[in-house]
Amino acid sequence: MAAIPDHDVVHGAEHAHDHPTGLMRWLTTTNHKDIGTLYLWFSFIMFLTGGVMALTIRAELFQPGIQIVNPEFFNQLTTMHGLVMVFGAIMPAFVGFANWQIPMMIGAPDMAFARMNNWSFWLLPPAALLLIASFFVPGGAAAGGWTFYPPLSVQMGIGMDMMIFAIHILGASSIMGSINIITTILNMRAPGMTLMKMPMFVWTWLITAYLLVLVMPVLAGVVTMLLTDRNFGTNFFNAAGGGDPVLFQHVFWFFGHPEVYIMILPSFGIVSEVIPAFSRKPLFGYSSMVYATASIAILSCIVWAHHMFTAGMPVTGQLFFMYGTMLIAVPTGVKVFNWTATMWRGSMTFETPMLFSIGFIFLFVIGGFSGVVCAIVPIDVQVQDTYYVIAHFHYVLVSGSLFAIFAGAYYWLPKWTGHMYDETLGKWHFWLSMFFFNLTFFVQHFLGLAGMPRRIPDYALQFADFNMISSIGAFGFGTTQLLFLYVVLKCIRGGAKAPQKPWEGAKTLEWTLPSPAPYHSFETPPLVK
Amino acid sequence: MKINVPSALAGVMTYVTYPGLAMAAADPYQLNLPEPQTAIAQQIYDQHMLVLWICLAIFIGVFGVMFYSVVQHRKSKGYKAANFHHSTTVEIIWTAIPFLILIGMAFPATKTVIAMKDTSNPDITVKATGYQWKWGYDYLTGEGEGIGFLSALATPKAQIENAAPKGENYLLEVDKPLVVPTGKKVRVLITANDVLHAWWVPALGVKQDAIPGFIRDVWFNIEKPGTYRGQCAELCGKEHGFMPIVVEAVEPEKYAAWVAEQKTKLAAVAVDVNKEFGLDELKAKGEAVYNANCAACHQANGQGVPGTFPAIAGSKVATGPKDGHINIVMNGKSGTAMAPFKHLSDVDIASVITYQRNSFGNSTGDAVQPSEINQHR
Repeated sequence: MAAIPDHDVVHGAEHAHDHPTGLMRWLTTTNHKDIGTLYLWFSFIMFLTGGVMALTIRAELFQPGIQIVNPEFFNQLTTMHGLVMVFGAIMPAFVGFANWQIPMMIGAPDMAFARMNNWSFWLLPPAALLLIASFFVPGGAAAGGWTFYPPLSVQMGIGMDMMIFAIHILGASSIMGSINIITTILNMRAPGMTLMKMPMFVWTWLITAYLLVLVMPVLAGVVTMLLTDRNFGTNFFNAAGGGDPVLFQHVFWFFGHPEVYIMILPSFGIVSEVIPAFSRKPLFGYSSMVYATASIAILSCIVWAHHMFTAGMPVTGQLFFMYGTMLIAVPTGVKVFNWTATMWRGSMTFETPMLFSIGFIFLFVIGGFSGVVCAIVPIDVQVQDTYYVIAHFHYVLVSGSLFAIFAGAYYWLPKWTGHMYDETLGKWHFWLSMFFFNLTFFVQHFLGLAGMPRRIPDYALQFADFNMISSIGAFGFGTTQLLFLYVVLKCIRGGAKAPQKPWEGAKTLEWTLPSPAPYHSFETPPLVK
Repeated sequence: MKINVPSALAGVMTYVTYPGLAMAAADPYQLNLPEPQTAIAQQIYDQHMLVLWICLAIFIGVFGVMFYSVVQHRKSKGYKAANFHHSTTVEIIWTAIPFLILIGMAFPATKTVIAMKDTSNPDITVKATGYQWKWGYDYLTGEGEGIGFLSALATPKAQIENAAPKGENYLLEVDKPLVVPTGKKVRVLITANDVLHAWWVPALGVKQDAIPGFIRDVWFNIEKPGTYRGQCAELCGKEHGFMPIVVEAVEPEKYAAWVAEQKTKLAAVAVDVNKEFGLDELKAKGEAVYNANCAACHQANGQGVPGTFPAIAGSKVATGPKDGHINIVMNGKSGTAMAPFKHLSDVDIASVITYQRNSFGNSTGDAVQPSEINQHR
């Protein structure tokens, strides 16, 4: 008899679309918005964690000489800063965006595999704990650089094994997330939404998800080979045992180079939504944007060895990888020209998302230029493993990925929270970020050209002034990000009520929903003409 | 008020010449690659400038257009948005033009790549071996054949730890530089003993990873005599930042003199492996070897770094049977940072083991003889 009322309660709850509250809501949620929120907060916490590591590095490099951390710990910091930012901050942030936005932008009620979605997220915190906890084990965290090349990574203590397991878990999470995204996009679009009518953000994520499914298993493979070399007497990478230390680099970069594009393609998507909205003009060259994105993704899989120009390669190999790498500039250029043409003769306003998007294009192009410089083998021989490379990839990863993440966050905050964010503070956040970012990283080009290697805790006297400038910039940039936290918290807690469509030029489906978006977005699919 | 003329003059002189002194070392505001000293480095320099100018032109073009529209096409100015959204012609043009520009960049680069890879017919061949954390040089062929030595950081620890003022070539100085003649093609074979390193001298346009189990090669031909400095460029563990490379290019006559001097020195230090040494003699020698090779990890006081590098003081290896100790020093311990030190001479290995077994509170009383090391080889 008791079973009947119970059954009724459960049944009733389902129909009321009610959901658990409090802690259980977040632990057990299968809702794409809740999971998106979890991803975004996780990413922000990791961003601050990785940021603290970066500031410790910059504090040590403020002056020549060893002052704050010893060289072993310095190496652990540079390694973990890279891993935490790539796998903990940037990638989960984009997955957070995908979770929040893709169902809403294609007119779907939720992600395809809701239960797996919950699991994809909840794999991340244990992986993060493993990574952070490795600082406290004997021998400390992994200190072989974020690329953990053997044989150095074979020498490390248990911290390296913890890092390998963390990467396995993070990789599993990424693959599940990607399969979910691919299935959602291919199967759950609203009637009438053909592939070539999908918003650019959805397109870039579809391509990114395929890249992830392609390369994450490669990373899993290479870390497993490293794990067995370390613990079970195999000799994949040990020359004395018949292995090949360079094999690791090839396999790692077969993952690692597409990974770079995994971290930038969703940015292209976000910016391609924001620029037309604030230019009040459709995106210029939609189909060439799609083709350019696909070309970049395909090219990214055949240029991995440009990370290894100084590892020694036959001349034909060097030339092949040089030409391939240089070719990527063509589709990337097409994208930049299309954004410019979208702004051309628009009717522009400059709210914070637009500022971050323009900042993105401006700085990303500088990063692209230094990318072309690095692509040319003879010049790369000079700048490989120097601060020039650090400047290059921070221009594409910070002003590229991170600025686009900020643009997207400000753009969609009204839809997520139902409140408008503080525009004045948002603009302050942009201008301060812009100033301090350039102060930090622009001078690093000079350091690299003049001959400062990367990953060194101490440097020759001629590098002192630029390092000091860079450190001051880094502290400014780090502090500025607390302002972002404040703006977001303020927006969640209140502020002007956001209308259904706060941005005049926005066209995509999520703006047809009320703000904040209802817990279940499209219960009846909208019809796309 | 009386002015002390000589000291005022000295003060003014110091002030005037100070910036000059700084320039003589290295320009703290150097914005570009160092002054090229080889033909390849010159080509690299020129190509970098070419690419830089092309990028600057594109930058001005693209952002000229973008910022023109940012300034002019704003809603606040009442500008009404146009509604065009594609143009196949324009898109084909701006795909084709970058393609042509890239071909223009790739052409000179291809020629340089081919020239860089041509290591044939060298006058002198030197092997550079990366060790944690120093470089070993062996002159294999050409004038100077047979010379070999290790080259390690010469900057004192006190300067790094901020206990002494930093010298002019802080972190860029070594005890024994690689000496080469000017105007000769020098081929450098590069390999490593333990982990990856990279041999890099910017002014020579040379950087090559040193990989255990593999031999790679590069070449250079220096025109001007001088001292050219570089550093290890591949993360190789905790002392990675303290592994400089110094190449001293001298005129051929001076080089011949240097070779003769080295040969005499080598002959003087060559000893009979069967020579017996006294305990104190071995300990004294061993201390110097220890400080040059072991102290980076195990510390000068033998205490090691807990959790990372084991202590020598009271360790089972250094107080246990001699054979175990000799084995670990010569062959290293796989899976740890303990590298093989076979490359040291029999005398050096014997003396450092003797030192370790009779210092830091260890008192085995063993005097390990070079002949015992020789037997283990």
